Amino acid sequence: MQSYQYILAMFKKDLLLELRQQYTFYGVLLYVGSTIFVLYLAMQQPESNVWNGLFWMIQLFVCVNAVARSFLQETRGRMLYFYSVCGPVQFIIAKLLYNSVIMLLMSSISLLLFQLLLGNPILNFWQFAAIVWLGAVSLGLVFSMLAAIASKAQQQASLMAIMGFPIIIPQLLLLIRISKAGLGEVFKESALADMIWLLVGFDALVIVLAIILFPFLWKD
Amino acid sequence: MKLSWWKLLCIVLLSYALIGGLLMEVPRKAILNETIRNIYFHVPMWFGMMAVCACSVYHSIAYLRKPGLLSDIRAVSYAEVGILYGALGLITGMIWANYTWGKPWSNDIKQILSAIALLIYAAYFVLRNSITDLDKRARVGAVYNIFAFAMLIPTLYVIPRMMESLHPGGQGNPGADPRDMDSRMHMIFWPAAVPGFIMLGIWISTLSIRFRKISDKNLLHA
Repeated sequence: MQSYQYILAMFKKDLLLELRQQYTFYGVLLYVGSTIFVLYLAMQQPESNVWNGLFWMIQLFVCVNAVARSFLQETRGRMLYFYSVCGPVQFIIAKLLYNSVIMLLMSSISLLLFQLLLGNPILNFWQFAAIVWLGAVSLGLVFSMLAAIASKAQQQASLMAIMGFPIIIPQLLLLIRISKAGLGEVFKESALADMIWLLVGFDALVIVLAIILFPFLWKD
Repeated sequence: MKLSWWKLLCIVLLSYALIGGLLMEVPRKAILNETIRNIYFHVPMWFGMMAVCACSVYHSIAYLRKPGLLSDIRAVSYAEVGILYGALGLITGMIWANYTWGKPWSNDIKQILSAIALLIYAAYFVLRNSITDLDKRARVGAVYNIFAFAMLIPTLYVIPRMMESLHPGGQGNPGADPRDMDSRMHMIFWPAAVPGFIMLGIWISTLSIRFRKISDKNLLHA
């Protein structure tokens, strides 16, 4: 088999697992729904800056929850099995891909819920949505790698937060900054493009690092 | 007591930087006044932190290429001094900011990012402590160290150039504005303060490495 076939097979396996064990998927969905509902009860319709900040914070917490599962659910025996059927590089690429897709889905759902419950300060919907999707992929990639590292230690869930938050803050700051473009703030044309390219660069960097470093984490 | 040449050089350079930095003439600038001398102590902290953190990552890479407890000991010891230098850099910056910006912390992007750098290295030690198996600890720690350092570099060097900031050298160079210093200051800053503090950082690290080598003697020779 070609290596992309392995990647596809691993990706399909994660997808199938998700479809069969629906409780985890619905668990995250419920997490998204209930946090946004609680926010609605607490804030009603906040002004656009607060709205934006809350939105990205919720993305961060959803990401920690959604992505952490992807490595924690793999037992030792199962990892050993994957080890025998495919390489570490294919494995991590499949995970990165899968987590990005999950995050795209979750961020789209939370975007709709936010608009429904917390009011709609967005002026340019598609621009905002594109930035949200870019952010979702960034979050998914970084936390996949961190979940892989945390899965080797004890107290994995809290370690994810300890390692993840400082590393993600710069990207989150950039995202909060550029998503204001969708809320009506005017940017210099070049400044916006620069920040988007920087985020894309971060994503590429994470993918490269994951491919280089994951093989070392994998062998036990 | 015998010291190798670079340790003697370090002592000489730092004494020069300390005495010269506090006593020699500096240009009179509005607002800055005498606080400009902070540049001899605050900025070299960041140079030193980058240098020892780079050493730490170098030894982490060496560990992944060829596992050995010694590489791990080196990586940790350098990272430790990195945190120390980072904390000192942040503190000297805050003392300076108290007199020039009016308050020690004003949520400036450079203050935030340097605090993040400290948090990232603090997480490195938490991660290490949460793994009991020695080899696994070293390997996972090395992976995180490389990952974190690679993510930190664009953070520290690119993002400050994109956001507005109170810090000297606002546009362009994120560290300091070279135009703030005149030739007398350059004579202390570049030849003495920067290399002196980098060497001091490496010196402290080597002491910590020697200490760890003795305390882990049984493991090293097992």
